[in-house]
Amino acid sequence: MNETDPNIAARQRWMGVLARAGSALDPHEAALKDSAYQLIRSPEVGMTLVRGRMGGTGSAFNLGEMTVTRCVVRLADGRTGYSYLAGRDKRRAELAALADAHLQGSDQARWLDDLIEPLAREQREQRLNRAARTATTQVEFFTLVRGED
Amino acid sequence: MYVAVKGGERAIDNAHQLLASRRRGDTTIAELGVEQIRQQLPLAVARVMSEGSLYDEELAALAIKQAAGDLMEAIFLLRAYRTTLPRFGASEPLDTTKMQLERRISATFKDLPGGQLLGPTFDYTHRLLDFTLLAEGEYPAPDITLADEPKPCPRVLDFLAGEGLMAREQDDGAPVPDITREPLAFPASRAERLQALARGDEGFLLALGYSTQRGYGRNHPFAGEIRIGDVEVWMTPAELGFAVPLGDIEITECEMVNQFVGDSAEQAQFTRGYGLAFGYAERKAMGMALVDRALRAAEYGEEVQGPAQEEEFVLMHCDNVEAAGFVSHLKLPHYVDFQAELELIRKLRRQAPAEENR
Repeated sequence: MNETDPNIAARQRWMGVLARAGSALDPHEAALKDSAYQLIRSPEVGMTLVRGRMGGTGSAFNLGEMTVTRCVVRLADGRTGYSYLAGRDKRRAELAALADAHLQGSDQARWLDDLIEPLAREQREQRLNRAARTATTQVEFFTLVRGED
Repeated sequence: MYVAVKGGERAIDNAHQLLASRRRGDTTIAELGVEQIRQQLPLAVARVMSEGSLYDEELAALAIKQAAGDLMEAIFLLRAYRTTLPRFGASEPLDTTKMQLERRISATFKDLPGGQLLGPTFDYTHRLLDFTLLAEGEYPAPDITLADEPKPCPRVLDFLAGEGLMAREQDDGAPVPDITREPLAFPASRAERLQALARGDEGFLLALGYSTQRGYGRNHPFAGEIRIGDVEVWMTPAELGFAVPLGDIEITECEMVNQFVGDSAEQAQFTRGYGLAFGYAERKAMGMALVDRALRAAEYGEEVQGPAQEEEFVLMHCDNVEAAGFVSHLKLPHYVDFQAELELIRKLRRQAPAEENR
C-alpha cells in the first residue's frame, strides 16, 4: 500500500495523520480556513467495505463495513485537497481536505511543521503509551514438574 | 396468508411513548449518555458493530441506548441504518500482522517471539461480584515505562507453516464475493462463509463451536493465536489512484490450529480455522474460527457428523436479524390463518365419533 513515489508516500503519511487526528484538528480550524476555497464535493458520509484475509495472509473476504466521511476542496490557486476519514464528522472531513490542499502547495514545510508534525508526535506518544500499558501484562508462563513420583 | 388490519393507531402511539418512558426509567436518576455507553460498555458496542456489520462506535452506542440494552434490537437498528449509506468502495485487506497489539496470546507455544500479552481480560478473574463497583471509583491503569515503537509481532501459525506442518494461506487474487449484494448459493465459497460468520450471532457460533468440541464433528482445536488491537484501514479511491489510510479500527483475530490431515506420514499437516471480528470480541472470533474449520469438512473429505459441518444449516441460521425477524413475525395478525385451522380441527372432531361408530 505504501507507494514508492516519494510525493505520494508523503501525502499518504499526512493523510493518515489527519485521519487519526480527531478533535486535535479543531485548534487549526481558523488557520486552515484562512484562505478562500470552494467545496468541490461537500462532506459526505458513506461506508467502506472492510476486508480481511483468511488466516491473516490469504485470500480476501468481506468483514463488514465502516462509516467514512469524504470531502474535496479547491483553493483559489486551483490546488485540490481530499479527505477520507473513518467516522461521520463532516466538519473535520472538510478541515482535513483543506489541510491536504495546503500541504501540496509552496507552503508545505510550514504546514508540516505547524500541523502534521505536532499531530504525528502526539499520535506516536499515544501509541507508545498504549504499547507500554499492554507490555505491563506480558507474562512468562512456566510449566511445573508435578511431584507425583 | 396475511390480511391487512386497520386501527390501533392510538394504542401503537401510546405503546411507543410508554416504551420511551420505560427506557428512561426513574427520572430522578441521571440519564445515560451515548458517550458513556461507548466508553463504559465497549464490549457491548463491539458486539453490536460486528453483528450489525458496521464499524461506528458512536452509532452502536446510540443503538444500544435506543434499544434499552437489547443488543439484538440494537444490531437490527445498525443494520437498518447501514442500508441508507452509499458505499464508497472496498478497503485493502487488513494487514493484521501489523496490528498494534492490546492483547496477544497463544495456547500452543509457551515461549514465543513477541511474548504473551494478556491485555485487559476477564481471564484469571474470579467471577465474584465486585461490590466496590456499586460505588463510583477511580481505576488507574498500571504504572508504565515507555519503550521504543513496538515492532510487528510474528504470526504464531507462521512458525508451523515455516516447518511445513501447516499450509501457508495464499492470496488467490480471485474477486471477493459479497453476500450483501449477491444472495448466497450452495455450496458457498470460504469467502462467502466467512462473511456470513463475521455477521453471525455470537451465541449461535459459540454453541456450534462447542458442539464440535463435544463430538458433533470433532476437529480437535487449539487456540494457536488470538490477537486484539488496532489496525489501519486503507482504501484506494478511484479519483486518487493510490491507497489512503482512513484511520484505525479495533479488531479481534483468532487462528485455530486443528487436527491434521494427509494420507501419509510425510503429508500430514495441521489445518486452520479463522475468526475475525470488529472490536474486542474474543468469544465471537473463537466461535467463528471453530465453525470456519468445521465447515471445511468437504475440502478435507471429512464425513459430516454434526450440525456445525452442515453449510446450509449454519449459514442460513447464523444471522440473528433474519432469525429474530422470522420468529417475530409470529406476532403479526394471523387471525384468518388461525380461523381456518380452528374450522378444520372442529370439523375433524365432529366427524370422529361418527367414524368410530361405523
